[in-house]
Amino acid sequence: MEQMHEAKYVPSEDVVARMIEDELIIVPLVAGIGDTDDELYTLNETGKAIWSRLDGKKSLRAVIDELATEFTAPAGEIEKDVLGLVGELTRRKIIVAQSA
Amino acid sequence: MTYAKKLKPHEFHPWQGKQPLLSRLDIELTERCNNNCLHCCINLPEDDDGRRREMSTDFVKDVITQASDLGCLTVRFTGGEPLLREDLAELYEFTRRMGMHVILFTNGRLITKELAALLAGFPPGRVVEVSVYGMRTETYDRIVGKKGAFDEFRRGVALLQEHQIPFIVKGPLFSFTKDELVEFERWAATIPRMDKQPGYSMNFDLRSRRDDSAKNARIANLRATPAETVSALSRNPLYLEGMKQFCAKFMGPPGDMLFSCGAGHGTCIDAYGKAQMCMGLRNPEMVYDLLNGGLTGLRHALTEIFPRMREMQATNSDYLNRCARCFLKGLCEQCPAKSWMEHGTLDTPVEYLCSVAHAQARYLGLVGERENAWEVEDWKERVKRFTV
Repeated sequence: MEQMHEAKYVPSEDVVARMIEDELIIVPLVAGIGDTDDELYTLNETGKAIWSRLDGKKSLRAVIDELATEFTAPAGEIEKDVLGLVGELTRRKIIVAQSA
Repeated sequence: MTYAKKLKPHEFHPWQGKQPLLSRLDIELTERCNNNCLHCCINLPEDDDGRRREMSTDFVKDVITQASDLGCLTVRFTGGEPLLREDLAELYEFTRRMGMHVILFTNGRLITKELAALLAGFPPGRVVEVSVYGMRTETYDRIVGKKGAFDEFRRGVALLQEHQIPFIVKGPLFSFTKDELVEFERWAATIPRMDKQPGYSMNFDLRSRRDDSAKNARIANLRATPAETVSALSRNPLYLEGMKQFCAKFMGPPGDMLFSCGAGHGTCIDAYGKAQMCMGLRNPEMVYDLLNGGLTGLRHALTEIFPRMREMQATNSDYLNRCARCFLKGLCEQCPAKSWMEHGTLDTPVEYLCSVAHAQARYLGLVGERENAWEVEDWKERVKRFTV
């Protein structure tokens, strides 16, 4: 788990993220991300706040600290959200770990 | 907890009670075609000089970028034959990397291994739509006016299949190809994405640039008669039920507003950078030249130009006495684009379309043998009886 906190993540080159009317949509570019060719993904508000910080420069620990400063939610809840989102998007190959 | 929600493009609707300014952009990349189909309303020869006036690669990319800024999710490349453009692969990849899906209309003849590999590795997100003009060499080559075309089409389709690229097929119906219909539909049913009957065209449009009266005469002769149209439509076992649902929503006199259709709520960009209200309406007074529009030309067309045009009212007395009062609106293809193609005006009734609509209405029991639908006063009751 500690190792995951130090990891840095970026959006995969196999997706494009777009903001439309304040909604973030993620459009897969290659086969195998969604179940069908035309699938899109949207993120909830929590997901959007985390996504914008996955820039390949900040570790997940830094992302958690930044969100804890900005929002009033308990740090444990923020950590759970960040690790939850990263786990979900990694499984779907929407984000990838940045190699050192 | 789930942070990411999967959805289909039509389920994405962040516009909160409004229609999106542009959900799909149609781009005619060229009017040139490697086919010269008997019934085609738009094609130019593939080596036509019009090529020099076509939009540049950068211009098309700029239009696509503008569409992306407006929230567009899908771009449809059509023509002519869009694969004649040497930059097709570049434009395709650019569009996908902007986060939009691509619908590609093609006759399939120019699909290469390289293009198939690109579509396989970098899927369009929507099915490729292949037009089919016959199941035999002699029929196909005769309709498209090119010797060897059928073999090239088969080769193109084989490449799509080999690379497992999702595609569907559709085609024109002619009286002289009736005996190939069963063969076509049997083959179509083997294509994985063909989960319903192929789409057919049979009430062909005249030349939409009004550029060839001899060809217009030929097209008019190739059109399905009203009786043939009804016969072809009613072959589909889902036709009657589909029409009940359709008529429950879309019947009623359109009144004197010219645009009771969706024209202008989206746009089709022609090969030379003109934004049209729909794919058929090419009246030079009804298009907006994006070359003059700068970086926000597309938005200007959709928010300023087209809404003004949509306010136009019909003035043709024949139209006002018939079409404006006719409850068969949903069955009839009469619209400013069809009127333009047939008569060079926006509001002249097109007799052929009127006959086709009335033939369907008679088959469905909505009007009697000698009745004109614009004279029917109890149309609401008739529609209700039919749709319940």
